[in-house]
Amino acid sequence: MGVSDPWLSADSWDLHRRAEKDRLRHNDKIKEVIKENLGDLVSHQDIITADDGKIVKIPIRGLELPHIRFDPHGKKGVGQGQGNTKPGDVIGRSGQPGEGAGKQAGTEPGVDFYEAEFTIEEIAEMVFEDLHLPNLRDKGTKDILSDQVRFDTLARRGPQSNLDRKRTLINAYKRNAAQGAPGWNIEDEDKRFKSWEIVPEKQKNAVILAMRDVSGSMGEFEAYICRSFYYWMLRFLKKKYASADIVFITCHTEAKEVDEHEFFAAGDSGGTRLSVAYRLAIEVIEKRFNPREWNIYPFMFSDGYNWGDSEVVEYMKKLVDYSNLVGYGEIANDLWGQAGALAPLGQSLNDAFGEDGRVVIVKIANKEDVWPALKLFFSNHKEVASL
Amino acid sequence: MSALTQTEHAELERWIDIIWEKAHELGLDPFPVHFEVAPAHVIYELGAYALPARFSHWTYGRDYHVQKTMYEYGVSKIYELVFNADPSQAFLLDVNDMLSHKLVIAHVYGHSDFFKHNMTFRHTNRQMIERCRLHAERIRQYEMKHGPAEVESLLDALLSIDEHIDPIIEQPKAQEKKKEARKSETSYDDLIYMVDPKPETPVDKDRFPASPQKDLLLFIRDHSKVLEDWQRDVVEIVREEMLYFVPQIKTKIMNEGWASFWHERILENLPLTAEEHLQFRRMHSSVLQPGSRTSMNPYYVGYKIFRSIERRWNGEEADDPEENWMGERIDRPTGEGMSKIFEVREAENDQSFLHKYLTSNLVKELDLYTYRIEEREGELVWVVDETDWRKVRNALAEQLTNFGVPIITVEDGDYEHRGELYLRHHYDGKPLDMARTSRCLRSIAQLWGRPVRLETVADDEEIVIICDGQSVTHIAK
Repeated sequence: MGVSDPWLSADSWDLHRRAEKDRLRHNDKIKEVIKENLGDLVSHQDIITADDGKIVKIPIRGLELPHIRFDPHGKKGVGQGQGNTKPGDVIGRSGQPGEGAGKQAGTEPGVDFYEAEFTIEEIAEMVFEDLHLPNLRDKGTKDILSDQVRFDTLARRGPQSNLDRKRTLINAYKRNAAQGAPGWNIEDEDKRFKSWEIVPEKQKNAVILAMRDVSGSMGEFEAYICRSFYYWMLRFLKKKYASADIVFITCHTEAKEVDEHEFFAAGDSGGTRLSVAYRLAIEVIEKRFNPREWNIYPFMFSDGYNWGDSEVVEYMKKLVDYSNLVGYGEIANDLWGQAGALAPLGQSLNDAFGEDGRVVIVKIANKEDVWPALKLFFSNHKEVASL
Repeated sequence: MSALTQTEHAELERWIDIIWEKAHELGLDPFPVHFEVAPAHVIYELGAYALPARFSHWTYGRDYHVQKTMYEYGVSKIYELVFNADPSQAFLLDVNDMLSHKLVIAHVYGHSDFFKHNMTFRHTNRQMIERCRLHAERIRQYEMKHGPAEVESLLDALLSIDEHIDPIIEQPKAQEKKKEARKSETSYDDLIYMVDPKPETPVDKDRFPASPQKDLLLFIRDHSKVLEDWQRDVVEIVREEMLYFVPQIKTKIMNEGWASFWHERILENLPLTAEEHLQFRRMHSSVLQPGSRTSMNPYYVGYKIFRSIERRWNGEEADDPEENWMGERIDRPTGEGMSKIFEVREAENDQSFLHKYLTSNLVKELDLYTYRIEEREGELVWVVDETDWRKVRNALAEQLTNFGVPIITVEDGDYEHRGELYLRHHYDGKPLDMARTSRCLRSIAQLWGRPVRLETVADDEEIVIICDGQSVTHIAK
């Protein structure tokens, strides 16, 4: 340190990273704002069809601290030209062509406008942060997913951002003292960096039965909602429960097990008989996924056009007994779309299982409902005693 | 590690001495200055925090990020930073070449001289850098004790209204001691009260406060219904730091103009090579670019005015008269340019500086104008309104009233005996930004602990905005 020379000094600034902490806090706040708007993002066509690396620009307002100010549009101002400016000259306009779409708001004096860039991956992480498989139990011994990263070892080299400042300073102080010059002068040898080790975490066996109604009554909107829900569900499962099993079942009057690609591409015609899908699900469970060893999660999406299918409730009862949680999502259509009313199937399921903590029934009337539905299915529900 | 070699370090030290001597020779009297050579990330961090070792807040992190990005993309260059302290603390960018360092050192001495002599800075705390370090430490302890979220929410609210303080009542002890002395300073009172309106209402003992108070933070600190002691301490921290910054906000144009004037004058008097001289001219004119079409460049305007005062008071440009506050022509003796600019740098702030010394020729040369915003076929259009020099000058000076921030006073701290806070906006024809004002009222209600009312004018009607902590409603007065 330049103590002996009060007029010019050149310190070592390597350890000077204070602003990083506040920058990260600002980033967190941006994420908070985005999380509040996840409903819009989750059902956004561009995001569902985008590649992972793609960057999405999200306009953010409200990250400024407000101040009491004059209305920027209500007053006159003083400006400066390059010479010979005359009264009546137009010096700027909102929505000026050629300014570039993203910049328009910024040209208005006094409007704070912030555009944050995120990759699809980052958005997905935010989406998944609060989601998890509910009522997950210890069943069996299969090790699945989750290499947990633990930030608890120290290394002599590492990225500057991982510097363990406290440890480094202690080392520096000790060394300086040992060399007979107590102080905080830091040499490379004092530096310690936080490092990590990968700890494989044992997880529990889980199988998800993804079922969708592909009958003729499922219109474009219904199919879109269904696909966007399952898109996020699959991403979420693959990310957080990498080795969970997933069984895909499509159904009209007949049900069949399909692969992922076929499941998403499917669109069919004909009537609906959801009981056949439930029956197939039960068969799959009984043959391949012993409920004593597996956590089981069946989900079904339908428009609820399913009359005279009294067996559905019966099969559903059996399915509920096997499962940790059963989800039923009804996608609204013109007929039943108002005021949260359910179609006949949803209504009969609701009558039978409305009080059962193992069953979650949601209604999706528009794109913005996809996110709340995801949150409802994949959040903690009341512990269910019979499991 | 510093980017300077030992030889460069020695050369830089030599030039710091040479420029210090030259500055004194030419008449400047700065504080001693401690220069520090630092990499860009340190300099833009200091720029974002406005003081070294200041307390943490996400808005500083945001500003740091913006500065870092602009620097990395080459949008903006940072040459220097200097803090008002005794000795002054200045930072030089380590990758700058020797000529840039020379220009920056001269510029810094200009700022330091201004800090030391301008009357607006008379009461600033020259140990503020150390005070700030202590403030930051106290706030860190509050974070540990009460949680970072609690502290952040308090700071969010306070930093939203930190301009609503009253520099006139700062340091009451010093003021009491100087009561006699102040009487003889009445020549400045018109300036002081133009910026900070003199309380007109007579003192009323039954009212609380007895007369309207401009220092909202002080009032909240002393009379809030909900703040705990540690929170009152944070209010005082924010207030104290803001009191330190207000003089800089009030003299931005003068201060930058003065420093630019002096870096030019000093470099003209240094033994530079022809090539260095050319480079210095190029840098000088890049600092003094005209502003944008809806703003102005304070460096440029301030510099031009100082240059022009020097010329005019030396007897040049007799056709470009100056007026006093009454609009009367000022008598100008000749040959006094240099002593005049020193007098101006001591006695004025931006508002009085522009009002007294922005002349007809300057408005034309600087191409200053007023503009208005109109709606044309659904879009907003910025249109040049006036180029008449008096109108432009008056508009500029008026814009700087209360450093550009709406004036708010506390009228009643126990409104209708319900403990509510009644505030008044001193409306002067310019309406408030309602969305932002409403958010600020929530902050004030949070700090006050009871509903808050603000009287103002919107669409030519007197209204009262009421905030009960959450919802905001408007009623006609």
